[in-house]
Amino acid sequence: MMSTSLKWLLLLSLISTAHAENVFVTLEKDNALAIVDPIEGKLLKTVPVGQRPRGIALSPDNKHLYIATSDDNTIKVFDANTFKELGKLPSGKDPETFALNPAGDKMYVSNEDDSLVTVIDIKSKKVLKQIKVGVEPEGITVSPDNKWLISVSETTNMVHWIDTKKNTIEANTLVDSRPRAASFTADSQQLWVTSEMAGTLLIIDSQSKQILKTVNFDVPGITNDKIQPVGVIIDKDRNKGYVALGPANRVAVINAKTYEVEKVLLVGQRVWNLAFSPDQKRLYTTNGTSNDISLIDLESQTVTKSVGVGTYPWGVVAKP
Amino acid sequence: MNLMHYWRAMWGIIGRELWRFITQRERFISALVRPLVWLFVFAAGFRAALGLAITPPYETYILYEVYITPGLIGMIQLFNGMQSSLSMVYDREMGSMRILMVCPLPRWFLLLSKLLAGTGVSIIQVYVFLIIAWFYDIQAPLQGYIWILPALVLSGLMLGALGLLLSTFIKQLENFAGVMNFVIFPLFFMSTALYPLWKMKESSVLLSKLAEYNPFSQTVEMIRFALYGQFDQHAFLYTLGAFSLFMAAAILGYNPSKGMMVKKGGPN
Repeated sequence: MMSTSLKWLLLLSLISTAHAENVFVTLEKDNALAIVDPIEGKLLKTVPVGQRPRGIALSPDNKHLYIATSDDNTIKVFDANTFKELGKLPSGKDPETFALNPAGDKMYVSNEDDSLVTVIDIKSKKVLKQIKVGVEPEGITVSPDNKWLISVSETTNMVHWIDTKKNTIEANTLVDSRPRAASFTADSQQLWVTSEMAGTLLIIDSQSKQILKTVNFDVPGITNDKIQPVGVIIDKDRNKGYVALGPANRVAVINAKTYEVEKVLLVGQRVWNLAFSPDQKRLYTTNGTSNDISLIDLESQTVTKSVGVGTYPWGVVAKP
Repeated sequence: MNLMHYWRAMWGIIGRELWRFITQRERFISALVRPLVWLFVFAAGFRAALGLAITPPYETYILYEVYITPGLIGMIQLFNGMQSSLSMVYDREMGSMRILMVCPLPRWFLLLSKLLAGTGVSIIQVYVFLIIAWFYDIQAPLQGYIWILPALVLSGLMLGALGLLLSTFIKQLENFAGVMNFVIFPLFFMSTALYPLWKMKESSVLLSKLAEYNPFSQTVEMIRFALYGQFDQHAFLYTLGAFSLFMAAAILGYNPSKGMMVKKGGPN
């Protein structure tokens, strides 16, 4: 009797762990990956991944985890369940940020020092092309309809629209100073770009490639020079967008219809990158200098917990 | 003497206090204005004052306004406790105390009723304050607003008992300014109401020790934890102990044959 109930309990715990959501965070200074249970709000473990890990992404089937280990000059592929290293991708020098196409078979890497975007075929692990872009490319993203690859040049202050079929720049949009990150709306109709120095968020129309709206941020009690927007993310219904405001230690909630800043939420220090939970009910932030991530409940729009993860958390992604 | 008598006497005392509170609209407003000025003016200037560490019961970064809210709840109850002690002195001067004291019920019961009355009034003030704070975006989990009630009863009783004890030492209403300077201010400022212990330790270990043993600190911590649905056992026992001590001393102090009044030559 006892043993059967114990078996059930074990089985139940196995099922529940199999379904538990995990949040993966790259730790730039610890050369490791932190694995967090966002429901319990607990750090589960950290595993070593390579030198100076920054950019992170999951394959569309959630089986593979890609991590840009900048000082190893490569992007490593890990098994997303066992964290075993499966291989390396030829990313070029000092990879920081990268993006996958929706099918998950191509990867685009920003090579900041060489002003290049490297196109990699994931299956064959071969470089397909290197595209010359503006000085210091940083933010990179692919539109959900797979039409456009966006590369953002920090020093040239430009958004490059690259045709994903031809791998050539088709158009450019001049933006505010030091653009950092870019993100498409789920319908691919808008591109949201943050400018770190200008302290603005630009909303660009994908058709005309013109700026529709410039959003300014104002945080009571925080001087404007501290407002340095970086990570940007928009929910799938295009109701709300979220922008990490860097050293202002806040995440701004933006109404994606009126472009008004509805709220600013206090998180840890120098908030950098953002990720949704798979069901988009929560938002996770990496707080670079306070060494933790903040968990935000999106329904109540409140920060529920901040969990210490390790030194310099950089990138974040959630796996169902 | 049966239970009915006790009941009637207690309701008489509580009813009188509540009636007094309702009819004195200025008192109600002034009791609210004090913590609200602290919240809207003082705290607003220190929004980022708390810096880094996350301390329980908080699980994430908070603004200073959020931190001092439990301290301001304590402040409401502290002032209320002192106010009822002031009214005791007034009652004594006006002679209504004598009427109360000749009531054929035990003195401890009358004093406890008086305390409960004062506590009830302070709890109404606290909830109104919390409602205003809610709209100022200081929002605790909903169950916290229920959990805080027993904490408020105990802290109200403790601070009321302290006031009661003090009122045995004060002969005349004019001496109340002394209470302000020597009791309220040190209790409030040397506590965790305005700054957490770790912050005080950075500047002065002695100050942090004083704050740690200050019963007002412990009662504020009890309220702080309760507001976030948690139970701080140490703070609860400390507050309970302080209440028992102050209450026993106050009962002794109000003893006509041995109490403080006899030593001071009795009421005028």
